[in-house]
Amino acid sequence: MEEVAIIGIGCTPVGEPWHKSLRNMAVESTWAAMEDAAIDQVDALIVGNMSSGNFNDQESLGSLIADYAGLGNISAFKVEGACGSGGAAFNAGVMAVASGMHDTVCVTGVEKMTDVVGDNATKILANAADREYESIHGISFVGLNAMIMRRYMYDYNVKKEDLCAFPVNSHKNAVHNKYAMFRQEIKMDAVLNSPMVADPMTLMECAPICDGAASAIITTKERAREYTDTPVIVKGSSLKVDTIGVHDRKTVTSMKATVTAANDAYKQSGLSPSDIQTVELHDAFSIMGAIGLEDLGFAERGKGARFAAEGQIGIGGKLPCCTFGGLKARGHPVGATGLYQIIELSKNLRGEGVVDAECGLAQNIGGTGSTVSVTILGRG
Amino acid sequence: MSVPRHWRESVKRYRLIGSKCKACGKVHYPERTVCPLCKSRELEPFQFKGNGKIYSYTIIWAPPEGYEYCKPYAAALVELEEGEIVTTQLTDCDLEKIEIGMPVEIVLRKLFAYGESGIIVYGYKFRPVLPIL
Ligand SMILES: [Zn+2]
Repeated sequence: MEEVAIIGIGCTPVGEPWHKSLRNMAVESTWAAMEDAAIDQVDALIVGNMSSGNFNDQESLGSLIADYAGLGNISAFKVEGACGSGGAAFNAGVMAVASGMHDTVCVTGVEKMTDVVGDNATKILANAADREYESIHGISFVGLNAMIMRRYMYDYNVKKEDLCAFPVNSHKNAVHNKYAMFRQEIKMDAVLNSPMVADPMTLMECAPICDGAASAIITTKERAREYTDTPVIVKGSSLKVDTIGVHDRKTVTSMKATVTAANDAYKQSGLSPSDIQTVELHDAFSIMGAIGLEDLGFAERGKGARFAAEGQIGIGGKLPCCTFGGLKARGHPVGATGLYQIIELSKNLRGEGVVDAECGLAQNIGGTGSTVSVTILGRG
Repeated sequence: MSVPRHWRESVKRYRLIGSKCKACGKVHYPERTVCPLCKSRELEPFQFKGNGKIYSYTIIWAPPEGYEYCKPYAAALVELEEGEIVTTQLTDCDLEKIEIGMPVEIVLRKLFAYGESGIIVYGYKFRPVLPIL
């Protein structure tokens, strides 16, 4: 198998750009990444997207984006794994290059969520769960995570205040990120006092509905040096699934898909949690940050929130997390998120970021942990 | 609106019928056609009693489209006597008094309606077990 490297990255600002369509954003980030790699063609385009059919009445994204990006009749298709679609697309891209099937691949994650309004978006996001046996009961995606959160707080006697450390950290880190949606710090009181969405989860613990696109250009490690002096090496890339329904898990306070994908990625890279210097956690909800730290091997069971509350996830802390604002403050345009994580990690490894790291990890979750990808990147 | 989509699930949703693996005895809800435990494809319908206790719960203040009519409402993961967990709404209960471990029982209720002239989708909800007078 070929070793894989990232040679170009690019993205659009995350937010609510009314004047930009799904295709506008996907083409913009694809070309930003190709310009970064100083290329004007790729062999394949793999698109990560959760629900263009529902958000935009548009499928055939492989064709649409390759067409409007001027890439001609190359290989192009969409990969879907709910909010984990971006990470899934990246995993597919890595397989395409590692196998020798394609030399140079562009992976673009895109989601245009604001073409529908309010509770319709809530309904579409609930499609990530089991429509017939979870969502049918009127349980929003936030609601499912709120039930995980309540059980976690009950099992481990965790206070909500400790979980607030995740949104507070992400907002702090977004201030310096010009692509982030919310570039202002927030205090714990603001999180605690924000409106209740699904008890015990309040609004400021949840990532926003927004639009964005992010892209990475990958090729073999061997070829990477022809394009750049600062290639980023893909040391591990794994995706695993778990039951679609939360109700079918032995425990709801750990995500088996994270544990198994992480073990696989650690094995591929020959690294262990103690080698990882920065992490892009899937902090779509505060609780996911805590469980993520535990499942990835950085904190003991039930101690993830404490780990964060002690300041260890801050820039300058033991394990800087969500260094560009995470899902909470950079924003969570669902199918694009996994790619934002990859490019933010790459910036840190290229020495263009906010932490000095040799090695970092990204975790991208689809559904309530039904699809999880874990990527380990290292300096070239 | 698709009537068959709800009709085909209706018996399972009205009566909490899942499946039981003939090979290893594991019961499942929702119904499965392959046993995830032993991979057997020999399964038979299994009637759950509909009694359980709350494993976790939430109160939904921002409902998805179609469920605004009953906001705020409680949803729960209910651990059934037989061991499976089901996702459900709670009904006939004081939202302030719900707690993990509380005994609940199944009832048939309206889940939602497709507008004023569309079909009404029914299914199970769970309610606190009433004290025997
Ligand atoms: Zn079996």
